[in-house]
Parts: sequence; C-alpha cells; structure tokens
Amino acid sequence: MSEVIVVTSGKGGVGKTTVTANIGCGLAMLGHKVVLVDADTGLRNLDVVLGMENRIVFDLTDVIEEKCRLRQALIKDRRFEELFMLPTAQTKDKSAVTAKDMQNICAQLREHFDYVIIDCPAGIEQGFQSAVAGAEKAIVVTVPEVAAVRDADRVVGLLEAKAEIHDPKLIINRLRVQMVQRGDMMTLEDMHDILGLELLGVIPDDERVVVATNRGEPVVTDEDSISGRAFRHIVRRMLGEPVPLMNFDHREGFLSRLRKIMGLG
Amino acid sequence: MLDFLARLLGRESPGSKDVAKERLRLVLVHDRADVSPQLLQLLKNDMVEVISKYMEIDEKGLDVTLERADNQVALVASIPVKKMKRVAHLA
Repeated sequence: MSEVIVVTSGKGGVGKTTVTANIGCGLAMLGHKVVLVDADTGLRNLDVVLGMENRIVFDLTDVIEEKCRLRQALIKDRRFEELFMLPTAQTKDKSAVTAKDMQNICAQLREHFDYVIIDCPAGIEQGFQSAVAGAEKAIVVTVPEVAAVRDADRVVGLLEAKAEIHDPKLIINRLRVQMVQRGDMMTLEDMHDILGLELLGVIPDDERVVVATNRGEPVVTDEDSISGRAFRHIVRRMLGEPVPLMNFDHREGFLSRLRKIMGLG
Repeated sequence: MLDFLARLLGRESPGSKDVAKERLRLVLVHDRADVSPQLLQLLKNDMVEVISKYMEIDEKGLDVTLERADNQVALVASIPVKKMKRVAHLA
C-alpha cells in the first residue's frame, strides 16, 4: 500500500525541502522504497539539499513533454538503495506542470514506490495547486512565528477545499527551546490549540541542519544530532509507532538554576 | 537597571508568546471565514430557518458578518423584520 504525501507550508523558508529530504532519507534508511518529487519548478532545491545537483539529466517537465521516460528522470541516491529523486526544471516556471500532470506522474510513481513525497512550492497559487493535486495526504510544516502559523492555517483550509486532503499532520520546525522557556516563543500546546492538527513532530533549531545541508547530507543520517533524532522519531511515527514527543527541557540554563536556588523558580 | 534586575530574578512581565497567540487567534477567525465563505452561507440559511419560525423577515436584507472589536471577534447579524408571528402559531 503506497502513500502519496505532499509537504507544504504556505509561507516560504520554513523548511519544506529540508523536511522532505529528511523524512525521505529516514524512510529509506528503514528499507522503504521512496521517491521524492520536487514540485518547485523554477526554484528547485531538493537536488542540492540531497547532494544530487550534479547528476540531473532529465526532469519532471521532460517527462511531461515526453522527451524521456519517467524512469530516466529518476535519480538514484548513492547512500540508500531505495531512495530516488525526481527533479523539476530550473529554467521553466510553474505553468509547465499542471494539476493533471502531477496526478498522472504520482499515479505512475505509486506503482513502484512505498512512499511518494512531494516538495511543494511556497504560496497558494498554481504551483501549490498542481503540487497537491496528486497527493492524498499532507504534512504541513511551520515555525513558531505568527506569520508562518497564519499561513499554515490557510493552507490547511485550502488543502481541504481544493484537494480534499483532510487532517494534515503538523511538523513544527526550528523550535528554540530557550525562547520557549522564557515565554517568548509559542509552545507545542499553543500551536496545537491554534491549528488543531495532530502533531507529527518537532525539530529543534539546530546548527547541525545547516552543516548537513552544506554538505548535501540530510541531518537524519547524523546519529549524534538532536535534529537528526527528531527526524528519525518523525519517520517512526509515520510508520505508526507511538514514539513520545521529545522533552527539550532537560538542559537548564544558568539563570533558571539560579532562580531555583533562590527559591523563585 | 531595576528592569534588568527584575528580569534576572525571573520577575519579568509575561513573555511575548501570549501576545502572539492572542493575535493569531483573532486573525484566524477572519482568515477561516474567508477560506470558506460557504460556512457563513450555511449559517445564514440555518438562521433564516430558525428565525422564520418566530417572525417574518426580509431574507434579501439579511447581513451576517464577522466584526472585530478590541480583543474579540463578534458575529454581527442585521435582520430586517417584517412582521411578528402570533404565539398561537408556535404551539
């Protein structure tokens, strides 16, 4: 039974591509057959995040224009046997891929893969509408900031109205634990209250994500990093394992210790 | 300086996240109504049905909107009434 999942957010820059790459790698690490589809035509980035940018020959639009077969456009990952990526064109715009095209491509891909994961462009215009057209499930990525949460809420409404995708799962990216502790960043409960979505996981703000992306190696493969662990947990939750949410409160700052000592905490 | 000391000792004013949450809550009431105008339409239909049991109203003049005042969003309905019905009809 294969699944077609779109990773979306409304707002740009919240980590859709990073999330797509990491859950894809994470699923492949556990032996699942995965294909990641870059639907961000004109602003593709999944290739660089995965370190595959030098290996692209054909892309999604070539498949649509029948310049090549679907198989020829797929790029196989060098680390994981079961991981593939379908790049999109960098020199065309969003109108090169219609909703119908995406439905066709996704229908073909799901015959061969356990998971088809689509990296959606930012925005809610045609690019978004095409990207979600072939999907049956969605993951909404947000960061704990008002603009991103507002856009996430709008996207949830549009997923329902335009693509009949109900109950998307939420990933909260770049949570800054110290800011949460001093009351300057919304907590998981706050965002659950506001958006009312089931929480698939939380990724703490972590420099290792930047380092991993610099190298083109998704952080999920980094055994020691806290963000890598968070992504591995998300993958296990996607597979139905009841992994509890991470507790980020274990590292106490100097001030909160001082406060406790002084009996003010 | 006092402010700094207060913060150091953990007596600061509540964090900005509560402000964020409250602002989001209000703005999303409007956003959600915009995403699905059919929701307001369904509500209007139901209101007409219920109110018509008690009075004759001008359905064309019916106006239902969300209005924002300070810290809350209110559902404001303006419903022109043509005639009250007699209680006897309702029994």
